[in-house]
Amino acid sequence: MRYSAWNVFKEGLKEQRGWKPAWRSPDPQQSYDVIVIGGGGHGLATAYYLAKSFGITRVAVLEKGWIGGGNSGRNTTAIRSNYYYRASARMYEHSLKLYEGLSKELNYNVMFSQRGMISLAHSLHDLELVNRQMNAMRLNGVDAETLSPAEIGRRVPILDISPAARFPVLGGLIQKRAGTARHDAVVWGYARAADALGVDIIQNCEVTGFQRGPDGAVTGVETSRGRIASRKIGVAVAGHSSRLAEMAGFRLPITSYALQAFVSEPLKPVLDTVILSPATGVYMSQSDKGGLVIGGGLDLYPSYAQRGNMPVMSNVLGAVAAQYPSLGRVRLLRHWAGIVDVVPDSSPIIGASPVPGLFLDCAWGTGGFKAIPVGGTMLAHQLATLNPHPLAKPFSLDRFTTGALIDEAAGSGIAH
Amino acid sequence: MLQISCPWCGPRDELEFRCGGQSHIIRPDPPEAIDDVSWGKYLSEKINPRGEHLERWQHNAGCRRWFNVARDTVTHRIRATYHMTEAAPAFSADGVAP
Ligand SMILES: Cc1cc2nc3c(=O)[nH]c(=O)nc-3n(C[C@H](O)[C@H](O)[C@H](O)COP(=O)(O)OP(=O)(O)OC[C@H]3O[C@@H](n4cnc5c(N)ncnc54)[C@H](O)[C@@H]3O)c2cc1C
Ligand SMILES: [Zn+2]
Repeated sequence: MRYSAWNVFKEGLKEQRGWKPAWRSPDPQQSYDVIVIGGGGHGLATAYYLAKSFGITRVAVLEKGWIGGGNSGRNTTAIRSNYYYRASARMYEHSLKLYEGLSKELNYNVMFSQRGMISLAHSLHDLELVNRQMNAMRLNGVDAETLSPAEIGRRVPILDISPAARFPVLGGLIQKRAGTARHDAVVWGYARAADALGVDIIQNCEVTGFQRGPDGAVTGVETSRGRIASRKIGVAVAGHSSRLAEMAGFRLPITSYALQAFVSEPLKPVLDTVILSPATGVYMSQSDKGGLVIGGGLDLYPSYAQRGNMPVMSNVLGAVAAQYPSLGRVRLLRHWAGIVDVVPDSSPIIGASPVPGLFLDCAWGTGGFKAIPVGGTMLAHQLATLNPHPLAKPFSLDRFTTGALIDEAAGSGIAH
Repeated sequence: MLQISCPWCGPRDELEFRCGGQSHIIRPDPPEAIDDVSWGKYLSEKINPRGEHLERWQHNAGCRRWFNVARDTVTHRIRATYHMTEAAPAFSADGVAP
């Protein structure tokens, strides 16, 4: 059933009893044209674009837990395209544009709110970086403006911009088209739309191995629900990418780390933008329910634990209390971590793997929620045509051999 | 909070240390004979196991020396810390360092 104001009204007259589950729960078939491993945003978007753009509907998405139970349902939902290098700017900007039309495209309200994102400058050095970043973004055709301390003070009154502040504010950069979206809605929206086009979404189905032909190419997967055949397999499992690579017999330049996030008790509206302090690594926005959504840096040692440790927590929350003194006594409601897949140049890996028939969409690290629409677009293109999507070419795995790295960590100087 | 036993200084809080990633990586030799693929692998590929990881740590707020840690990446339990040049201690029957 289409979601519309009219249908909500009509169902209201029938006590909302007519709604159907938004996607089916089919048993796995014996074989598919394409298997996508991982039911996060990237996997589900891949399945959707395979069906929508290429008419390939014999597709299964295999998810070991429940869809959106990985990082797509654990992130702080910042969406932006304020990157430094041309290749990244083009790709993330493409994603941002897809987000701008996503609710309509999926007939599902993903609550994309373009409330802008401000990156602060706390020193003269930061200020130079802000200007360099603004220029790079504009040259790449992405919107960017600098802000004075007074402008930042007006926009974010809870931020301490006094000269005596522990982190004085000398200026900032804003991307006005950046913002946040509802993470579950992005996952559910893609799931519902893919399902409607015939994609099988199979939950509680863990991939435990690959089947290979005599030429080494993949011929299927072994799962907790039996063997499923396919000659084209896409992997979008974020922090678990190394595990899948190990099953297929190769290694990736990935290290898995825990990234924490925090949500406060609901408050009245105090913050109408996303604000990042590169000096402390802390960023914050306020959800529609009123909770402050807070993120920080990684727990900097390899982890698959899906929970964070105290030192990062106290750094992050200490920085919040220092920069936003009025929040010092706010209580936290929840705190969690997700396992993110980080590579030396902080850019994704898209396209061919060393194993024929097996394709990758990973290494999004701490910043792949904003990239869900473009990640799905690129992996679907690769699986359907067996050629890399034009936006994906610079992000191939072989850049770690050629040395053509796209070092966004150094380039844009931003964490997420 | 992890408690890590520096081989020189003894047990200290995680805050004093910095993790330097996978240990026991051997640089391929001789440099002029190494092709781009092996060099790229040497520089970037990681084992990244879910389970015990042998890794380098530096006691950077203490003696500033490097050493090795055998740590589980799921439970974060540290089985052993040992010197840079030592081999990883073998598992004993109860899974603890002998
Ligand atoms: C705390 C935190 C904050 C973040 N903040 C932001 C942000 O503000 N903005 C942003 O853009 N990005 C952010 N990110 C990053 C973003 O969440 C991820 O890059 C993105 O969600 C990755 O999506 P995915 O679909 O690739 O992976 P996931 O959503 O993790 O999905 C992968 C799925 O694969 C499944 N899986 C794993 N192994 C198997 C197997 N063997 N068989 C079957 N299924 C398997 C998992 O169960 C999981 O559901 C953040 C991440 C975290 C953890
Ligand atoms: Zn020491």
